[in-house]
Amino acid sequence: MNELLKNLTEAVGVASNEKEVRLLIRDLIVDHVDEWHVDAMGNLLALKKGTGASPLRVLVDAHMDEVGLMITDVDSNGTFKFEGVGGFNDRTLLGKVVQVGPEKIIGVIGARPVHLLKAEQRNSVVKMDAMRIDIGAKNKDAASGKVKVGEYAAFVTEYEELGETAVGKAFDNRAGCAALIELLRARPYPFDVYASFSVQEEVGLRGAQVAAYGVNPDAALVLECTPAYDLPNDDDVSPNVALGKGPSIYVMDGVTIQDPRLVAHITRTAAANGIPFQIRQPGGGGTNTAVIQRTRGGIPAATIAVPGRHAHTPTMMINLDDYANVVKLAEATLRSLTPEVIKRN
Amino acid sequence: MNELIKKLVEAYGPSGFEDGMRDLIRPEVEAYADEIRVDALGNLIAIKNGDGSGLKVMIAAHMDEIGVMVTHVTKEGFLRFTNIGGVLPHNLMGSRVQFANGTIGLIYSDRIEDRGKIHPLNKFYIDVGASSPDDCPVSVGDAAGFVRPFMAQGSRLTAKTMDDRIGCVVAIEAMKRLKSTPHQVYFAFTVQEEVGVRGAMTAANHLDPDVGIALDVTLTGDVPEARPMAISLGKGAAIKVKDSGMIAHAGLVRLMKQRADAASIPYQLEVLDGGSTDARSMQIANAGTAAGCISIPCRYVHSQSETVDAGDVESCIQLLVEILANPIEL
Repeated sequence: MNELLKNLTEAVGVASNEKEVRLLIRDLIVDHVDEWHVDAMGNLLALKKGTGASPLRVLVDAHMDEVGLMITDVDSNGTFKFEGVGGFNDRTLLGKVVQVGPEKIIGVIGARPVHLLKAEQRNSVVKMDAMRIDIGAKNKDAASGKVKVGEYAAFVTEYEELGETAVGKAFDNRAGCAALIELLRARPYPFDVYASFSVQEEVGLRGAQVAAYGVNPDAALVLECTPAYDLPNDDDVSPNVALGKGPSIYVMDGVTIQDPRLVAHITRTAAANGIPFQIRQPGGGGTNTAVIQRTRGGIPAATIAVPGRHAHTPTMMINLDDYANVVKLAEATLRSLTPEVIKRN
Repeated sequence: MNELIKKLVEAYGPSGFEDGMRDLIRPEVEAYADEIRVDALGNLIAIKNGDGSGLKVMIAAHMDEIGVMVTHVTKEGFLRFTNIGGVLPHNLMGSRVQFANGTIGLIYSDRIEDRGKIHPLNKFYIDVGASSPDDCPVSVGDAAGFVRPFMAQGSRLTAKTMDDRIGCVVAIEAMKRLKSTPHQVYFAFTVQEEVGVRGAMTAANHLDPDVGIALDVTLTGDVPEARPMAISLGKGAAIKVKDSGMIAHAGLVRLMKQRADAASIPYQLEVLDGGSTDARSMQIANAGTAAGCISIPCRYVHSQSETVDAGDVESCIQLLVEILANPIEL
């Protein structure tokens, strides 16, 4: 059992409420870094000093936050209205168990049972604003005493391993956090590595924007968990990425063209070390690379991701070999990164 | 000048992959610049020193062009692709693209059932003459630009990438003609404009200019059933007042008009409903920049037959030189 992934995914840290995850990570890295601090937005920033062989300053980012819900109102019957914090496909929410507020009160996102559905309702999707979280309170007063408007709700999923596959919530992006922690536990790099465990990625890449501004590095690497979509399909179309085929390397997504020199450096490194990799299908989506790249006078940046099925649902799946290879590839990428890779003439 | 235009408009340089463009432009400006820099994102910045009495002025013309990127190679060796910037499906049938390694591809779409409808982008494919992924010379993540030779017919100049290689030409020509300037002028040949005015943003953050002027194409209202717009080919440089991303600095617009009037340069005032330019990035960089744009009127923007008028191009060059050669008071 990978305890690091278990502990990180079972911790709760919905965007802008990342404290529990931050404290957990802080304790996991404190003995392996030279300095750390928490910035104004809540990003955990740590410096691992290099050997002095290279003058570079390199930022490695992984966001700590996960998608979740926020309580917006309590109904007369004691159930709670809520809104999404981050992006959801509404139909994945019905019937799921959530933990609400600092006390982690258990609730369920209620659904009208199939017996009571009219024919047309069976074929339509219930919208989030028609769903309620039910904590089993007998009335409004009882409910309000336990859960307050403005509190966060997160999914409840125990981490499990099914052979080489791991199931859990929030692999997006605790898988990236775990990889970054492993990078910090390794021996020093030729240059100073700044780690940012950033906040509020799921609501608009917000934490990394100020983290990158504060660190002002020469180059940046973002560690992510990217949606895999590799289930059976009749058409001859690419899976965007598939489980078990290795780290996923971004070239272009909806908001970023990755630095081509860094992408080439990463793919060369993978080939040289016999690490499998897949180019993520160019198109939609976006990572913290977008905001890091455009910080100040511009920062060369690229993304390596663990493929994850069923992203932004309570039950994600990753392949543990993919995860291990992301750690391996990220470490090899850093150790072989020289100023020449990103030099412009 | 047509030789320079031809060289730039036929070159490869989709957003994010502008290395070749930079190598083309650099020798054109080297003799006229006091210093040349390339920044972290790849913007080429040619600096012309002033006499110390003027302002810091950034001129931005983007090197990148719209294009496509491979998302999938089918088992028969055809390529599915996504867009880089504003690629319009109805401009694609039968067009040709070129990859960085020289491979040429032909674009066509899946079977058309209804001639009144245009397929979405994911129903188009590129044929590079391959018969399987194994003999396909390009792979997922490779970028391509369109292919179309430059054409000069009378005063009308047509190419795949007037947007915005013609802006680069205006900048280069202005550099050549500008004998002296009171200003510290940064001629920035920017990257990644077509995907969200990204290069100009980091360049402006870094250079921190007082004044920013973008050089870019704008739409026209002078073709059959056009959306009404008071811009025509051949009626002079367009001085941007507003587009959907920026309201130009009023003092800068006034100054542009004054300079054009004083030098008898024909101009038109531009209000563009949709689209924006590097001026938007410059305007909101750091603590703000007095930003404006000199636009080259252009028909058929984002098609492979983008068409400008040589007289308008000349007016834009003259106007830029007049602005840079004299004091700027806002």
